[in-house]
Amino acid sequence: MDLSLSEKHQALADEVAQFLARHGARAPKPHAGHQPPDERMLDWHALLVEHGYSSRTVPRAYGGFGAAPDVLEGAIIAEGFARAGVWQGFTNQGVRMVAPTLLEVGTEAQKRDYVRPTILGRMLWCQGYSEPGAGSDLASVQTRAVRDGDDYVINGQKIWTSFAHYAHMIYVLCRTEPDRPKHAGLSYLVLSMKTPGIEVRPLPNMTGRREFNEVFFTDVRVPAGQMVMGPGDGWKVAQVNLKHERMKLGDPDKIVQRLHRLVTLMRTPQADGRVAMQQPELRARLLQLQAEAAALRAHHLRLLTEQAQDIDSGVKRLIVKLAGTGLLWRLSALAIDAFGEPGLRYAPHVDASDDDQVTVWNFDHMHDLGMLIGGGTSHIQKNIIAERGLGLPPEPRAASALPATTSGDHHRIRS
Amino acid sequence: MRAVAQRGFDMALWRELQALGVPALRVPEAHGGLGLGLLDAAVAAEALGSGSVPAPFAGVAVMAPAWVKGAASATQQAEWLPRMASGEMRVAIALDALECAAARAPSMSAHALTGQVSGVLDAAGATHCLVLLGDGRTALVAADGRGVSVQAQANIDGTRSVADISIDAAPAVPLDTAADPWALAHRVRDAGRIALAADAIGAAQHMLDSAVAWAGERVQFGRVIGSFQGLKHTLAEAVTLLEPCRALLWQAAHAHDQNADDAPLLACHLKAHVGDVTREVARMTTEAHGGMGFTDLLGLHHWFKRCAFDRQFLGTPAQCRDEAASLQGWISPLPVAVRPTGATA
Repeated sequence: MDLSLSEKHQALADEVAQFLARHGARAPKPHAGHQPPDERMLDWHALLVEHGYSSRTVPRAYGGFGAAPDVLEGAIIAEGFARAGVWQGFTNQGVRMVAPTLLEVGTEAQKRDYVRPTILGRMLWCQGYSEPGAGSDLASVQTRAVRDGDDYVINGQKIWTSFAHYAHMIYVLCRTEPDRPKHAGLSYLVLSMKTPGIEVRPLPNMTGRREFNEVFFTDVRVPAGQMVMGPGDGWKVAQVNLKHERMKLGDPDKIVQRLHRLVTLMRTPQADGRVAMQQPELRARLLQLQAEAAALRAHHLRLLTEQAQDIDSGVKRLIVKLAGTGLLWRLSALAIDAFGEPGLRYAPHVDASDDDQVTVWNFDHMHDLGMLIGGGTSHIQKNIIAERGLGLPPEPRAASALPATTSGDHHRIRS
Repeated sequence: MRAVAQRGFDMALWRELQALGVPALRVPEAHGGLGLGLLDAAVAAEALGSGSVPAPFAGVAVMAPAWVKGAASATQQAEWLPRMASGEMRVAIALDALECAAARAPSMSAHALTGQVSGVLDAAGATHCLVLLGDGRTALVAADGRGVSVQAQANIDGTRSVADISIDAAPAVPLDTAADPWALAHRVRDAGRIALAADAIGAAQHMLDSAVAWAGERVQFGRVIGSFQGLKHTLAEAVTLLEPCRALLWQAAHAHDQNADDAPLLACHLKAHVGDVTREVARMTTEAHGGMGFTDLLGLHHWFKRCAFDRQFLGTPAQCRDEAASLQGWISPLPVAVRPTGATA
């Protein structure tokens, strides 16, 4: 066995290192995600797109770099940036999921109108999936879209909609064919958040910063051309969407970056002169987490390798969300402990809060708790791992008002 | 397995492994071996752990060839390596001078070796023993020679053997071509750590596979027990813990083969992390079997004990983490005798 980089990949790693040496110092620090991007961030991101370090495989006709798909290239670039501690541009839903989905199944008009501004980070998207009655059981969404002439008319409510208060666009999963089986009755519409009849209400969360919203649709009219694929194809589009999300899932870069921040923190004397690294209990925890991070990083490379060879990774892919979010939670927990008593500080609304390390770590820690729940709770993840990964039998389920589905399907979208 | 484990070393089983090329894996082709890397040996180690195979491997087939290649003269290599590849010469490993003060370590004068060594790996069935001396040099001594007394140490896992050896002016051959013998000794230990971690991953995977199969068969309360979330979630947690260890194993073994800068750190992390994970997985999967998991009848405990051995031997998680901290300059270097090479102050 030989796990070394090929010449081509080594050349890319060198190119990335040179780019970072030349430009890395002027990379902005990203916001924590509670406010829209500023011009500095947009400029930096545009430079990355130009060099193929973001949206690398998007065709040039739609504003991308036009490289052939190569999962290892993506990993090499990401690792170079993570190691240098340089922000690799937006990884928002538009960049990560919407643009690749439209490129795969969108109409020419949809690609032309949306892909370029989306990958440049100038068109921001939010996701209209979950509803108060459709969380883990996503395919039971009840928001209706009814055909009326050349339009669809949407009525209903979405929830947990991150960034809806400043997103330009939303993609919505709604029920267009109420008589058809649960999954077959859904359609996928994309529309401007400025469309009349959309109301966004904040849904405050425990961090005290505005992230989530509820989005209400009252007789919202959308031209039929805004549908991706056809009526009843919504679940299929969502699967395409998810496939692209999974490419990003288990991305170890966030873990690696956070580990670097944690090591720096633990080597730095705190206000009272203590150095966390000199405290055996804290140091032992750090070393445990460092090994775990190394294992997840290696695991990620294994998945990329399998993906490049079109191998179905099965259970190996299914464990990634559970393992990664659990590790992030324990990393931020250790950081708070490393601060000692001052670790209780939390001032998220002060202007300089991004520079206040204790606040940042406390925010991360609470945000991490949200990540254990969002995108499929840890409990749902364990069901998925056990049932689809290990082949254990499903939990007996009560009969649904809507037509029954195959086991596990209703989890799939959020995994 | 039970019978073999009680006897300590089984020549018939060893001959089968020999026919598969197991002792030849790490011996260069020029000396009649297969010339494969530690990454390949790790795959074999995982398979042996999975079967809880009661035969020597980490010492005899992984550490010994590495040590001989690093420290023996060309003549010695030409004499020993072919016999090691064929499985005829089985070399136990005495590295405990890495852990004890120089004054207590064995010493050699005029081809006579004297001293006490403990924690000698793969001693049962060994024809020879490689001994690390207090001055960093190495000596090869015949296991059944004059002045050599081997006393098996009771250990939790009967499928591998560890012994104390008393050596009193025994005839011995020095191996002294290594440029940095301490660095070599650490590298040999790293290889052993990686092999033991691979073994533990194989053993824990076997336990998990067995638990999943059992959970899919056993019926209680009118349901297959694997349909209960309590058990399902435990097994999901077990696979989530265990599976990434395999990728870390491959990375650590690859780094070792490449002699990469981070190879010693990865070996420490691997040994520590796999030690913790496999203990937990062994606990979860034994519990999943209910009362049967605790019985000798089912024999699952042999794999539990395999994991226990692999965790404790050649550096516990706590020791390996201290070394990892030291290698990264996070704490002062460890005392001289146990300091990993390459540690920064």
